[in-house]
Amino acid sequence: MTQLLQLEDRFQARIDAEQKIEPKDWMPDAYRKTLIRQISQHAHSEIVGMLPEGNWITRAPSLRRKVALLAKVQDEAGHGLYLYAAAETLGVSRDQMYEELHAGKAKYSSIFNYPTLSWADIGAVGWLVDGAAIMNQVPLCKCSFGPYARAMVRVCKEESFHQRQGFEIMMTLAHGTPAQHKMAQESLNRWWWPSMMMFGPNDDASPHSAQSMRWKIKRYSNDDLRQKFVDVMAEQAAVLGLTIPDPDMHWNADRGHYDFGTIDWKEFDEILRGNGPCNKERLDARNKAWNDGAWVREAATAFAAKRKSATA
Amino acid sequence: MNTEFPLWEVFIRSHGGLQHKHVGSLHAVDATMALENARDVYTRRQEGVSIWVVPSNAITASDPADSDAFFEPAKDKIYRHPTFYQVPDNVKHM
Repeated sequence: MTQLLQLEDRFQARIDAEQKIEPKDWMPDAYRKTLIRQISQHAHSEIVGMLPEGNWITRAPSLRRKVALLAKVQDEAGHGLYLYAAAETLGVSRDQMYEELHAGKAKYSSIFNYPTLSWADIGAVGWLVDGAAIMNQVPLCKCSFGPYARAMVRVCKEESFHQRQGFEIMMTLAHGTPAQHKMAQESLNRWWWPSMMMFGPNDDASPHSAQSMRWKIKRYSNDDLRQKFVDVMAEQAAVLGLTIPDPDMHWNADRGHYDFGTIDWKEFDEILRGNGPCNKERLDARNKAWNDGAWVREAATAFAAKRKSATA
Repeated sequence: MNTEFPLWEVFIRSHGGLQHKHVGSLHAVDATMALENARDVYTRRQEGVSIWVVPSNAITASDPADSDAFFEPAKDKIYRHPTFYQVPDNVKHM
């Protein structure tokens, strides 16, 4: 027991000294479990996140928009792979993570259970959803677990292209015909509150936050990051000439921040429970892709075995 | 049925003249697939001019739990560093 306490003290001292923890280093079980849960959920989010955007690849309004969207969706696949690989260094297998996702046991970001109804939604997803994701992810580049931090450096570099392409789509529509402007505004109306929920529950309702902060997995609280998002987006919406659908949002000179309205956490909880507009569709699509690909995986394995025996 | 492909470690030379550096890992049935997947996953923006892939289980690593003892021999040999030696200030180019 005392030996375990000593190990835990030494571990925390390393964290406090901003040293990185690597996969083979000693770590508390709870640290390992927290990271496996967080990194795998993050990986699942990247993979499931390909679905709402993939929905518009064939209907992109120009070749320029189409190649950009294709590249973005391909990046999301890459992000999922960097992250799965980081989680695997902690001892969980890729198949285990897939199984949990496909069985509906693993979580992924609630945002991807909303549908992309118009082309403007591709703009809003890039601008708002990737914007929120970047705010969550930049601090993760300094996370105490080495492989996660390194994966996030790559992810963040690539995300900034995503957000800019989204903003450009919104800009074009917002300054286009009245019908296009309306389409952009309606899209902002749909995506604003779900994006605000991406930072997770309020700090007083987020039980694991304190421990994650102590372990330096998390660097800023949910509410701090959400406030930062609001302050940035209020200004960017003004550039676009669009209105954020929150009547309570206004500049508070005393705080030096924008005030904003209350989030409907009931909607958030319902989605987490599996009752969002697209939960079932997303899981069905992932399962179909996995099952339809089974013969490819088997054929590749058989072919590799055959080639190996031919050269042996 | 467990069909998980073997794990490979990926090393990339970012520019000519630099060494290959570990960038991450991936699953592939064989070396050819590992190279192609590494290209698609890790060099989508021309991050490399050369890729090595190595089966993860071919790597032997030092044990972090023993690193104090393992690296101890180099610890007290300050005479391996140039600053250990006294040279007058007026000696140039040394």
